[in-house]
Amino acid sequence: MAIWVNQDTRLLVQGITGTEGKFHALGCREYGTQVVAGVTPGKGGQSVEGIPVFDSVEEAREQAGANASVIFVPPPFAADAIMEAAGAGIELVVCITEGVPVRDMLAVKDFLRDHPTCLIGPNCPGVISPGLAKIGIMPGHIHLEGKVGVISRSGTLTYEAVWQLTNLKLGQSTCVGIGGDPLNGTSFIDALRAFKDDPETEGVVLIGEIGGSAEEEAGAWVAENFDRPVVGFIAGQTAPPGRRMGHAGAIVSGGKGTAAEKMAALRDAGITVVESPAEIGRAMQKALAR
Amino acid sequence: MKIHEYQAKEILRQYGVATPRGKMTQDPAEAGKLCEEFGGKCVVKAQIHAGGRGKGGGVKLAGSPTEAEKLAGEILGMQLVTKQTGPLGQKVRRLLVEEAVDISKELYLSVLLDRGSGAPLVMASAAGGMDIEEVAEKTPEAIVRQSIDPHLGIQPFQARRVARRLGLSGATAKQAAKLVTALVKAYLAIDASLIEINPLLITGGGDVMALDAKMSFDDNALFRHPDFQELRDRDEEDPLEVEASKHDLNYIKLDGEIGCMVNGAGLAMATMDIIQLYGSAPANFLDVGGSASQEAVKSAFQILISDPSVKAVLINIFGGIARTDRIARGVVAAIEELGDVRVPVVVRLEGTNVEEGRRVLQEADFDFVVAQNMADAAEKAVEGAASSDPGGGA
Repeated sequence: MAIWVNQDTRLLVQGITGTEGKFHALGCREYGTQVVAGVTPGKGGQSVEGIPVFDSVEEAREQAGANASVIFVPPPFAADAIMEAAGAGIELVVCITEGVPVRDMLAVKDFLRDHPTCLIGPNCPGVISPGLAKIGIMPGHIHLEGKVGVISRSGTLTYEAVWQLTNLKLGQSTCVGIGGDPLNGTSFIDALRAFKDDPETEGVVLIGEIGGSAEEEAGAWVAENFDRPVVGFIAGQTAPPGRRMGHAGAIVSGGKGTAAEKMAALRDAGITVVESPAEIGRAMQKALAR
Repeated sequence: MKIHEYQAKEILRQYGVATPRGKMTQDPAEAGKLCEEFGGKCVVKAQIHAGGRGKGGGVKLAGSPTEAEKLAGEILGMQLVTKQTGPLGQKVRRLLVEEAVDISKELYLSVLLDRGSGAPLVMASAAGGMDIEEVAEKTPEAIVRQSIDPHLGIQPFQARRVARRLGLSGATAKQAAKLVTALVKAYLAIDASLIEINPLLITGGGDVMALDAKMSFDDNALFRHPDFQELRDRDEEDPLEVEASKHDLNYIKLDGEIGCMVNGAGLAMATMDIIQLYGSAPANFLDVGGSASQEAVKSAFQILISDPSVKAVLINIFGGIARTDRIARGVVAAIEELGDVRVPVVVRLEGTNVEEGRRVLQEADFDFVVAQNMADAAEKAVEGAASSDPGGGA
C-alpha cells in the first residue's frame, strides 16, 4: 500500500507547456502515472505529446477527471496556481516551484483553510509511491517498492536516503518531499499521520534540517502517536547561524532551529537519530530487525 | 537580503515610523556639518550589516562639530570587530550621523514571521538594548507577543495592547501604538522577513522613536521591489559570494579546508556535516542547483578553488534532474582551463547517467579521486586535505 499517490491518481500538470513542465509531465507518465491533462491559461485546445491542454483547472477536472495536480509555474504565479487547483476541488496539489514569496504563502494557507485540499510543497521534489505512480521530479529508477515511508524537507538528500534503502533491499511505500520553504503545506505530522493509517508502512525515515521547529513538533507527535520505528537525520549540524543555507527555510535565527536542538528533541521522542547521512539506510535496517 | 540601518530608517520614515533626524555620509567634514545642523551634538554610527556595533566601538557620541569630524575620521576605514563579524572584522565605509536624543527608557520591538502559526508576529519587551534571545531565555514572561492577521493587518486594539503591556501610558502609549502600527504596515508592504527596533526609545519628553533599525527582505519577493536592488551593498558580502551570485550559485564561505560542491541544499548541508564527522571542516556551502548546467558547474569549481584555505575538494552529486555526465564535463572543463589544480579532487557521482559521468572523469587528463559513497568521499577528502600542499611544490 501507499499514501496519497497510487494507480488511481489522475494527474494534471499546471504549466505543462513550459520546458520543465513538459519534461517532468512525460517523466511521470513514463513512470506509470496516469497523466490526464495539462493546464496553461490561454493554451487550451493544444496537446503536449498526446496530453490535452486546458485553459483552467476546473475544465481539466471536469473533462479529464483529474484528481491531483503538479505545479511547474514560475514563482510570481505559483500561489494563484495552488489556489486555482484547490478552488476546483483537486484533492492533492504538489507545488514544485522554488521561490514563492512568504506573503503569497500566507494567502495560500488562509485560502486552504476553507478547502479540503492537501498541498505538498512548495519548493519540493514531489511524492512517489514506488511501482505505482510518481508526482514530481525525482529519478524513479532509484526507488524500490516496499514498506518504508520517507518524509523530507530536501530533494537530493532524499534521493541519497532512498538509494541507501534500495541498496539494502528496503523498498519504500511512499516518499514525500514536504519542501524547504519556511511556510509549506503538508507538515511532517500530516505525513506521519497518513503513514500511521497505512498498515503496510513498517517504519519511517524522517529527514529534517535547520530552521523552524517542524522537527520538534514531529518528534512530540511520534512520542504520543506512532509506535513503528522512525529513523531521523537533521542536515545542517555545521551551518553557521544567521545564514540561509540554500533553502529559504534553512536558517538558524535568534539561536533557534539548530540541528543540535532538533536531534535532541527527536531522541527524546524515542527516534533513532543518526549523525552521519551515510548511516540512514543501515539504521533503518537495524531498527526494522529489532 | 540585509540592508544598512540608515537605509532601513529611510524606508520606515516613509511608513510613519518616528526616528531621530540623520543622514548617511562617507566624509568626515560633512559629518561635522551635519552635527552643526543637528544642534552641535550628534551620534556617529558605523554602518555595517553586523550587529553589536556599539560594543565594538563603532558608535560614538560627539559633543561638538569638531569632535564629530574627528570621530568620523577615526571610524571611517576602521576594521570594526563585533561578535557577529568574526575576528577579522568588517571595514567601515559609511557612517550615519544622527541628532543626539535624550534617553529615558529603552524598549525592544520587532516584527517577524512565526513559522509555527504561519502568521506575522509582533514581539516587544520592556528590556531594550539587550539581546532578545537572552530575555526570552531568562524572563520569557517579559516578552509581549501579538499575532497579526496578514490580510487585515494590525488592529488598533492590538497596537494599544502592545503599548499597554510594555507598561506605557498616556500620550507615550498613543505614540507607541502608532509606531507599532506603522511598523507592521511597512513589514507587510515591503515583504520584509524581519524588522527589529532595538532599542525603541522613550525620550525624556515622552516621545517614542526607533533609535536603531535592522531590516532584511524575503529574497523570493524581491521581484516585486526592483528598487530594492539599489540598497544592496556588495562591500558587506564576501567577494566569492558576490561572484557566485552572478552565476546564480548558492555559495556561503565558511572557515574549514575542504571545498564542497554539491547539488541540492539538503545534500550540501549533509556533506558539510559528514566532513566534520570525519575530523575536518568544510570551507564552504555550495549548491550548484538541481539542474546544474555545465557552465554553472565550471564557475562553481573555479570559485571554490580560488579560496586559498581549500586543501581538498569534495564533489558530491546525486543526479536526479541534474545529469551526472554534464556535471563531470563541467568539472573537467574547469580543471583544464585552470591548468594548475594542486589539491586533490574527490568525486562521488550517483544517479542519472552515472556510467557516462564516471567515464568522463576517467578519460580526463587529471587524477580524480573516485569515491564509492558519501562516507568514502568524506574519508578520502579529509585524508587528501591532510597530505596536500597547495602552496608549494610543482
